[in-house]
This record gives sequence, structure tokens and C-alpha cells, in this order.
Amino acid sequence: MSIAEKVREEPAAVEAAPRRKRVTDEHGRSVRVWELALRYLLLIAVLALTVGPFVWQLSTSLKGPTEDIFSSPPKFLPSEPTLHNYERVAETIPVWDYAFNSLKVATANVVTNCVGSALAGYALARLRYRGRKVTTLVFILAMLVPVEGIIIAQFTTMRELGLNNTLIGVVLPGCIGAMNVLLMRNAFLNLPYEIEEAAYVDGANVWQRFLRIALPSVKGTLAVVAIFAFMGAWDDFLWPLIVLSDPDKFTLTIGLNYLHGTFANDERLVAAGTIIAVAPLIALFACLQRYFFRGVGEGAVKG
Amino acid sequence: MASSSSTASSGTAAPRAASSGAVRVRRQLPTSPWLFAAPGLLVVGIFILYPFVSTLVNAFTDRRTLIPGEFVGLANFRELLHDEMFWIGLRNSTLYVLGVVPALVLLPLLLALLVQKNIPGIAFFRSAFYTPVVASIVVVGLIWVWLLDERGLVNSLLETIGVGRIGFLSDQWLLLLSAMAVTVWKGLGYYMIIYLAALANVPRELHEAASVDGAGAIRRFLTVTVPAVRSTMVLVGALSSVAAFKVFSEVYLMAGPDGGPAGEDTTLVMLVQRTGTGLTGRVGYASAISVVVFVVTVALMLLVLRADRKEDA
Repeated sequence: MSIAEKVREEPAAVEAAPRRKRVTDEHGRSVRVWELALRYLLLIAVLALTVGPFVWQLSTSLKGPTEDIFSSPPKFLPSEPTLHNYERVAETIPVWDYAFNSLKVATANVVTNCVGSALAGYALARLRYRGRKVTTLVFILAMLVPVEGIIIAQFTTMRELGLNNTLIGVVLPGCIGAMNVLLMRNAFLNLPYEIEEAAYVDGANVWQRFLRIALPSVKGTLAVVAIFAFMGAWDDFLWPLIVLSDPDKFTLTIGLNYLHGTFANDERLVAAGTIIAVAPLIALFACLQRYFFRGVGEGAVKG
Repeated sequence: MASSSSTASSGTAAPRAASSGAVRVRRQLPTSPWLFAAPGLLVVGIFILYPFVSTLVNAFTDRRTLIPGEFVGLANFRELLHDEMFWIGLRNSTLYVLGVVPALVLLPLLLALLVQKNIPGIAFFRSAFYTPVVASIVVVGLIWVWLLDERGLVNSLLETIGVGRIGFLSDQWLLLLSAMAVTVWKGLGYYMIIYLAALANVPRELHEAASVDGAGAIRRFLTVTVPAVRSTMVLVGALSSVAAFKVFSEVYLMAGPDGGPAGEDTTLVMLVQRTGTGLTGRVGYASAISVVVFVVTVALMLLVLRADRKEDA
């Protein structure tokens, strides 16, 4: 738990001071011991089910070449832990190049989505112009189109633009998501008009009002858009699989699938590759999870 | 819709909002709003709406990757009726919906109830349960292929307890079932968060009243919790059924690009990808399959929404 979170929880702790020793639920009522024990038991069981597979993968990736990874009963701890498999992945496929390609795609996706959907969301929520309703409708329709169904037409469109087999081609179709535009629109709609009116009276033009007043007030939603954009681009499989054909340009997900096909015989290598792909995301998520859960919760309640 | 909600937010000061709205129009260049909306409109127009329309058009042509193609009327759809692979795909995608949706409507709700109470360390559990959502589908697929392998962890455990080894990835039906289990496993955390938000809005008084009336935990779940989050359950049902029908990655990764033994585990979107891409891709025919995917997804949405309305009445 971070320091910031502890600080935030302090007022509640002070209120509950008279009975600090007992564990209480969200309403401040005490929880019975056996119920608490049962809860933790269930929580740990689900934990084993959700996180266990990742831990097993990590364990496999650390097992040496002479170690039996197929033993029954299974051995959970490597007897001689080694990082050798990580070196070997890099020797067999250019895994760091793939990771760098994924990073480029994901970063570009974050920037374009934040800028593009903030701009469009602001126009939809705050600006008055003929055609605003039509614009909103366009984004709603776009959100409803199932991407899996139009993927072949996206591919031919990309070919007509001459962008097939490029990283730009990977980024473009999702670079401003209609869903994100509507999320930003809702965030701007929830701001009180009065502040912007004050700025308006002081002579601020529309760009100044957008940049100095509206945008700083919707940081939370912007953070959610950024995290979703990063995860979406880093994790995407179907579209890069279709648009990329040159192994030099593979993103990590496509490269890993390739690794699996070529070296399916050595699970240690595949395991090391998957850990390389998943570790940065878990780290990113662990750092940002507080904003994330708050933002997703807010979005769901408002939506 | 847009104008009604924005007037609602300034509605508390109606006279002032009306006058300042009039002034605002004058101080803003008429082109500004379009500059704000242009990037989004361009991207969505070129890469979502145009491909959508061209999918609908291509479905009636014999277009291929390198050949423009001509109008062929309903020929693609007639061919679909006699295409064995299409029926296999339709069957598997439908089975996927039937298998995955009930699990994804119910299990995340139970999970949300489990992590709802603010007991020590709960934030850790909540984010840990979300890990499978964060991990990319390729990583998830590779992990489960290894776990369910003939010699993998699940089979060693089964052998240790005396059940014996099971060919999760070699049998046509077990493979499909395994892929469904992976989809559920990966989706749990996502829908859990949606349910958590909904549960936060359930008034505590309802539970207390039921407790006073002597209702046990299960009784309270059925009479208080379920009715209170029913609209969220419908939402989850709609989202998960549409996603399940369009399944691609899980099956592609676990069964292989050709769809497992004799292609029996191919899903519709896998068929679209296999038919429509590459230098010899039959874009027209793949588009016709896509149109079927659209139609079924829209039908699924309407079905779920109608079921919702019926229960209301």
C-alpha cells in the first residue's frame, strides 16, 4: 500500500479509534472471526487459481536444461534457478526488438488516443455548432461496429493507403477510439459550466479554456484512457497478425506466437518469452491500479 | 441526446446559461469545433465506418486480395449454405456463447461479493484477480497450452491424485471446452470490477431488513443482491455473449491456425481471418461470413435486451 493511500485513509481510522483492534467492514461494523477466516481461505484459493499459472510459468522459465520439467508430482521450485533461458530466447528470436516495436506502437496509441479523444470529447460536450448531434451519432455508431467483422476491409483499406506491413498501419485503426471519445465527452459534461464562464469573461478563447481549465479537470478519465490504450495496443493480437508480414516488424505478441510455433519443444524458452511480455504490464498495472479501479468504477457508475 | 444532457447540467441557472450561450457563439470561430472533432472523425470514418460499409458491399462481390472483383449478388451467401467449414464455425461460435456466458454472468458476481468487504489486504487481492485481464491473450494462451499439455502441470497433478492423464488439447470437444475455460478465466476480473461498481450502489438497508426477517446468506443473495444488480447482469450478459460469439485468439492459439483436429474447432472469426487474408485471400467470401457475424451479434444483443424487458413486465 502506498503512502498516498495511507494518508487518504487516515480520517476513517481516527473516526473508528474507540474500537481500533477489531476488523471492520466498509460500514464500520465488526466482522466475525470465522467469517473472516472463510473469506481469506476463499480469497487465497482464487488467488492460486488466477495468479498460480503465471507463477508456474515463471518457475518453468527459471528451470535449467538438465532439470525435468515434466515430473509427476510436479516440482514447483527450480532446483538450480538460472536466467539462461532468457539469454536463449534473445538468441533464437529478436525478442528485445519485438518488445521495442510493441513499446513504439503502445506509446503512439496512448498519445493519439489521449489527444484525439480529449479534443473530440470537448467539442461534443462543450462547444455549440451545427452538426454536433450528427458528430456524436457518428462516434456512437463507430463504437458499435464489431472490429472482428471489419478486419478484412480494414486490411484492404490499409493496403490502398500503402501502409500494410508497417507499424503505422498497426497503430492507425485504433489510434482514436470512439469509446474513448465518448468517455471524455462524459467527463467534460460533468464539469460545472461556471468555471469556464469565468475564464470566458476574462477573455480566454476556446483553446485556452480547453487547455488551461477543462483538460486539467478530467485527468482521472484521461489516465483511464491512457492505461486502456497502452494495454490494448501492447496486448493486441488479431490486427497485428493480419497487417504485419515482415518478421522485422513483429510486435511482441506476434513474435511470441512465432516462438511457440518454432520451438514448441522447449517450454523453458516459451515460458521465458511470456514472462518478458507480461512483466512490464503487471508492473505498470501495479503502479497505476488505484487510478485504474477508481476510473473504471466511476465510468461504470456514470455510464 | 447530447444537447439535452448538457442543458440539464446548466439547468440550475437557466436564464444565465441561455444568455452566456448566446455570447459564447460569438466569441468562438465557427471552424473551431470542427478542428477539435476532425482527428477523431477522420480516424473513425476511414478505419471503422468506411471498412464497415465496404464489408457490406464486398460481401456481394467476388473480390480477392489482388483482384478488384465484380458484383455477384447472393452467390457468396448461397455458397455459405453448402460450406461445411462455415457450419462448423457457426456451431463452435454458438457453443462458445452457450458455454461461456452463464459462467461469466454468475462467477464474477460471486467474486465481487468476495472482494467487496474492506478487510485488510483486500486491495492486493482485487488487483491480483485482475492480472489475467491485464496479460495479453497470447501470453494467456501460451501459459494454458503449457498447463494443459499432455505432460503439463494439470495432467501431472491429475496423475498424482490417480485420475490419469487427459488429452485436453488433442480431443475436439475437450479442446473447445478448455478454450472456453480460458476465456472465463481471463474475463473474471474484468466483469468483477463492473459488478463491484454495481454492488456499491445497493442500499445496505435492504440487506439489514432481510437479515432481521431471518434470511440467510444464500436467501439474501437471491432476494436482495440479484434483483439489485439485475441490470448489470444483463449488461454483462450482452457484453460477454457478443464477445464470445466473435472469439478468435483463444481458439487460434490453443488449437492452432487450422482449428485443431480436421479443423473441427474453427470459429467464425478464425474462418474470416483464414479465408480473407494472404495474397489469395477471398475478400468477398470472407466479407459474407463477416456479415453473418454482424447479423448474429446484433440479434444476440436484441435477444438479451428483450429478455430484460420481459422480466421487467
